[in-house]
Amino acid sequence: MQLILEMFSYPFMVRAILVGILIALCAALLGVTLVLKRYSMIGDGLSHVGFGALAIASALNLAPLRVAIPVVVLAAFGLLRLGETSKIKGDAAIALISSGALAIGVTVISMTTGMNTDVYNYLFGSILSMSREDVILTTAAAAVVLGLFAVFYHRIFAVTFDETFARATGTRTGFYNSLIAVLTALVIVIGMRMMGSLLISSLIVFPAMSAMRLCRTYRSVILHAAVISVSCLVVGLTISYLYATPTGASIVLCNLAVFLVYLILERITRPSSR
Amino acid sequence: MSLITCKGLSFAYDGVTVVHNLNFKVEPGDYLCIVGENGAGKSTLVKGLLQLKSPSQGSITYGEGLTASQIGYLPQQTQVQRDFPASVREVVLSGCLGNGGFHPFYTKKDREKAEKNMEALEITDLKDRCYRDLSGGQQQRVLLARALCATQKLLLLDEPASGLDPVVTKSLYELVERINARMGITVIMVSHDMAAALAYSSHVLHMGSDRQLFFGTSENYRRSSAYHSFMGSKNAARIWRHENAPVRRRREERAPEAAAPEQGAAIRTAQEAYRKEQTDRDAADT
Ligand SMILES: Nc1ncnc2c1ncn2[C@@H]1O[C@H](COP(=O)(O)OP(=O)(O)O)[C@@H](O)[C@H]1O
Ligand SMILES: [Mg+2]
Repeated sequence: MQLILEMFSYPFMVRAILVGILIALCAALLGVTLVLKRYSMIGDGLSHVGFGALAIASALNLAPLRVAIPVVVLAAFGLLRLGETSKIKGDAAIALISSGALAIGVTVISMTTGMNTDVYNYLFGSILSMSREDVILTTAAAAVVLGLFAVFYHRIFAVTFDETFARATGTRTGFYNSLIAVLTALVIVIGMRMMGSLLISSLIVFPAMSAMRLCRTYRSVILHAAVISVSCLVVGLTISYLYATPTGASIVLCNLAVFLVYLILERITRPSSR
Repeated sequence: MSLITCKGLSFAYDGVTVVHNLNFKVEPGDYLCIVGENGAGKSTLVKGLLQLKSPSQGSITYGEGLTASQIGYLPQQTQVQRDFPASVREVVLSGCLGNGGFHPFYTKKDREKAEKNMEALEITDLKDRCYRDLSGGQQQRVLLARALCATQKLLLLDEPASGLDPVVTKSLYELVERINARMGITVIMVSHDMAAALAYSSHVLHMGSDRQLFFGTSENYRRSSAYHSFMGSKNAARIWRHENAPVRRRREERAPEAAAPEQGAAIRTAQEAYRKEQTDRDAADT
């Protein structure tokens, strides 16, 4: 208890928790959409692109988020387009892009700064990595994501549930698909510093998957995923602080534990399901 | 001006033409039935009318300021993922999104419209249930209620009766007729149920596998050679008498099960093939 109180006396921890809660919230909301649209792999691909962008930014001594946000947003559009039209299989294309970006990132790093703690943090995340500017940018991006998600909530549902019907009856599905891609890119980039590029996509996927074990309506899944995501973040951060474990990994482990519990609960409550 | 005008309209998949040279018009208030064998391209035409698929030749012109957001649509097949969490209410309400301007949230009018349509289709007591836990027929009714919520000028139904029992089918046809007659909403329906198609529709479009076989009023269709060869020449005379019986009587007899023995060989095989497809799909689902 003493330790936890002490934790809040460090400004960097308070900052990390506040920013983390915003990120967790955004990730959970978009995660439900991505999982239902079968776009989870895009999230994973984008996080690797984000890593490449961060590596290049640090090699050029630029502000990491300022480089990463536009690059990842562009990549999100590209991946979405590939999934819609290309002759290359969507998942294969994602694999190509993500491993390509990872390779570029690693090469750039080894040619410039070398494998140092910065790089380790890019891969696995750190609560200490947030600069003042990062905090401001992250908060702004999170506000944009939450605001747009709230305004377009019902349309995002319609486009996710039955895109053909939505398009036939006058919803601009192309616009909403792009919107989902941009919001995903934003969440990936702002979450990457804390969670690490290898782990950010699990922050997106896990809460949605857990909530879908037990909830049967869209709204309840969204709310449930948000609660799970934020709770796991707070618990994970605390563990990370107390035991000096990597932040991203601690949060993911919490999510994994919740998922397993929900999986068991699902088996118990509806043993006959499927 | 006509609501929809199609001139020399063709559709193709990968260069293979499946819909050939259609010419027809839909006026406001019409009730058009599209009939034809399986694979004649009826669903393809419906997608074309919804601008989900672009024509390979010819043109579709929309009049009366018709826009996509005024159209309600019931697809023949809806591939909803098996694990999609959505309540019946959420699905039905999503039909209201195109109605009048951009509101981020549903208005009171939207909610009332959804309630009314759920009541009409007798799914009010299912409204908090999860869509994916419902039976095929219940799901069909939910999607119909959603289509009705989206409808302002035009309602497009692609085989709406599939998976419904005779009683619900009958009330569905009556509901659609009310919507057409009382609210002046134009209806375009693809149907396998010839008796019902003729009883309710004002116009018929009969699509053959390589050309348009008939377009005109239902009355003229009943006397046409396209109708007679479609129904099988042997039974045609009997069906003709049956169809021309006084309207009241016909409507009572119209339950599809009752009409089935009357129908010719062609439509029976078509129906059997269709049912098999349905059961196969259901089997694959479970
Ligand atoms: N997505 C598609 N790709 C290729 N061919 C298709 C596709 N959809 C339908 N077809 C073909 O087009 C023809 C017409 O199909 P459809 O419009 O579904 O007919 P109907 O609804 O009258 O049974 C069929 O031969 C079918 O195989
Ligand atoms: Mg069809």
